[in-house]
Amino acid sequence: MQASSKVLPSQRVKVSRGEIHVIKERCKQCNLCIDFCPTQVLRESDEANEKGYHVPELVEEPEKGNTCVACGFCQVICPEYAIWIEARRDE
Amino acid sequence: MRKAVLTGKHFWYGNIAIAEGAIVAGCRFFAGYPITPASEIAEHISRRFPEIGGTFVQFEDELASIAAMLGASWAGAKSMTSTSGPGFSLMQENIGLGVMMEVPIVIVNVQRGAPSTGLPTLTAQGDVMQTKWGSHGSYEIIALSPDSPQEAFNLTIRCFNLAEKYRVPVILLTSETVGHSAGKVVVPPKDKIELVQRKKPKVPPEDYLPYKPDEDLIPPMACAGEGYAFTTTGLTHDEKGYPDTTAEAHEKLVRRLNDKIRRHLKDIVDVEEENMEDADIAVVSYGQVSRPARKAVGMAREDGIKAGSIKLITIWPFAEHVIHRWAKQVEYFVVPELNYGQIYLEVKREAAGEAKSLLIPRMGGKLITPTEIYREIKKVSEK
Amino acid sequence: MNEQTIAEDKLELHPIDKWLRSERMPHIWCPGCGIGPTLYAWIRALDRVGIPKEKVVYVSGIGCCGRGSGYLDVDGFHTTHGRAIPFAIGLKLVKPELCVNVISGDGDLFSIGGNHFIHACRRNVDLLVICTNNFIYGMTGGQLAPTTPLGDRSTTSPYGNIEPSFNTPHLADASGAVYVARWTSIHVRRLEKSIAEAMEMKGFRYIEVLSPCPVSYGRRNKLPEPDDIAEWFRQSSIIRNGANTSEVQIEKEKPLILGNFVKRVGKPTFYELMKKLEEKVRGR
Repeated sequence: MQASSKVLPSQRVKVSRGEIHVIKERCKQCNLCIDFCPTQVLRESDEANEKGYHVPELVEEPEKGNTCVACGFCQVICPEYAIWIEARRDE
Repeated sequence: MRKAVLTGKHFWYGNIAIAEGAIVAGCRFFAGYPITPASEIAEHISRRFPEIGGTFVQFEDELASIAAMLGASWAGAKSMTSTSGPGFSLMQENIGLGVMMEVPIVIVNVQRGAPSTGLPTLTAQGDVMQTKWGSHGSYEIIALSPDSPQEAFNLTIRCFNLAEKYRVPVILLTSETVGHSAGKVVVPPKDKIELVQRKKPKVPPEDYLPYKPDEDLIPPMACAGEGYAFTTTGLTHDEKGYPDTTAEAHEKLVRRLNDKIRRHLKDIVDVEEENMEDADIAVVSYGQVSRPARKAVGMAREDGIKAGSIKLITIWPFAEHVIHRWAKQVEYFVVPELNYGQIYLEVKREAAGEAKSLLIPRMGGKLITPTEIYREIKKVSEK
Repeated sequence: MNEQTIAEDKLELHPIDKWLRSERMPHIWCPGCGIGPTLYAWIRALDRVGIPKEKVVYVSGIGCCGRGSGYLDVDGFHTTHGRAIPFAIGLKLVKPELCVNVISGDGDLFSIGGNHFIHACRRNVDLLVICTNNFIYGMTGGQLAPTTPLGDRSTTSPYGNIEPSFNTPHLADASGAVYVARWTSIHVRRLEKSIAEAMEMKGFRYIEVLSPCPVSYGRRNKLPEPDDIAEWFRQSSIIRNGANTSEVQIEKEKPLILGNFVKRVGKPTFYELMKKLEEKVRGR
């Protein structure tokens, strides 16, 4: 069978960008959001919430490709409903 | 198509009268498991419900049956099951859930000889204390006991009315003899039968607290699918229905669950008194035994003995105010029952310091005769 | 790239919060637990299928998963151990227009409640049953479950489990369930689709969700970190839709076979047969 999808020229792809929201007091530091982020945007921070869990923070090295592409996987896998993404489209 | 209310005179077994009483009361969900000597109730319902539009399910066991009744009641249906000792034992955990979640359901226990498998086809009154204390914890429950097919019919309706009014499981504590004896049952016209429906919330969903009681200590009951988005649990909970497993929350909740019954003792408790005005000896009986008991009182009166009869229609909560009152007048309470002393203990407790109590015990199997009771009355009168 | 930020606005809530009793968060489940993502997948499936909140009923039994019914802003019933299915059957038969879901644990559904599960499959009552299978009794502190893999340790099998475990999709299939699937709580998007597919069917539908329990299961079985079990699922899973359910037994050293296994179309439900019977009797 012939594949029917066409490869788009790269300059026409619009990449989503995400705004990451964290509800700090819900986080329990399981690190699933960090482990499962495909672009490795997150890391464990030094900052602890009131229960002593270290909440995730942003890796500030976008030049290495660590940019949130709003895939939303952290949002759907977080056991605590503590993180979610607002997608923005780059024009 | 046959009607739901079969107004007229009938010749019915007690068990059939219970099934028809349930239908008259508006029961439209029945879940049960076959067991002697209660099966005729389920059999009759399974024939009648398709005629009148009700849900009958024969479940895989009694555990499922009572759980399904609780679910059905939360969906708004008046629900019933029928069983006997072994099945009643299996239902105990979810009777507790019914008490804790405050769910109106009716359980018919057609008592047979026990412990264990005991005497499946023979009568007994051995489950009286189990009815009160069978599930774990401190709680109040309602139980009624009929002595004839007609009374079985009437009390089944009353069981539903009490369950709906007080949001509590109600037990019809009958026995093999009543279930399997036939008699005249008069079904009144539909509009002459008083039916009680559970209180519904009067506030909008956003203001509704599922366990906030009114002054009568009973909270209005929303049902699933009515838009109230409530949550309920067998855990100790607050007025929102949220688990609150603190000693304070427990005290508050369990106290109310008990008080909502205790404070309405006079509304719930029903007794029939005969020849009590001048009585020195009171025969306290219930269920099937109240028939030979009344006969024995008649025999004693013919002998010039001042005997009277107190028939307990409501078994739980116990008619303590009634016994307490008569204890000041009578010298003896005689308590015949088909067990080794259960209601006797309650009578003795209430009579303590005022009057003496005598148990006439009979293990399950056969009835106590009027003559046997009469002989004991006579002996007591000579003391 | 300075638009990329972590927003810290506490007033804004997670998209699931419109379905949540938010005042009760954070919930009681441990770090890395699979129940949270499973419930979120279920919520997204409800949104995807378009079932309004007031039609949704959530019945649970006892255990960690049992607490879920009190966290969601729908009619929720936290019942007794093992009895969620019959409770839900009673509710659904009286109000067939409601979307009744049983979401409970492996101990609740397959140990103490096992008999109800197979009979509900046989009767084909109209229920969606989701089992979060974490291989252990979590809430009581990590005792042996009927789903604990052979050889695994628990507080009541300290030398290793000697009992074979249930292959729950096979049990559901053999008992007559019309929809049978297995996913894990990290395959959340496939799980969401599977739940949505099941929601659009009638009859007894069963989805097993393998779910990490790092605290009560992982710690005793060389998977101690909150994300170790998730990593095991990621690396060992094979998706085989339509697989023969007799071949999906979970064994520790073998791949975990996931997929939508069974879809039976046209089998009448208990309710439909009851209504048909009613018509027949009334027409006499």
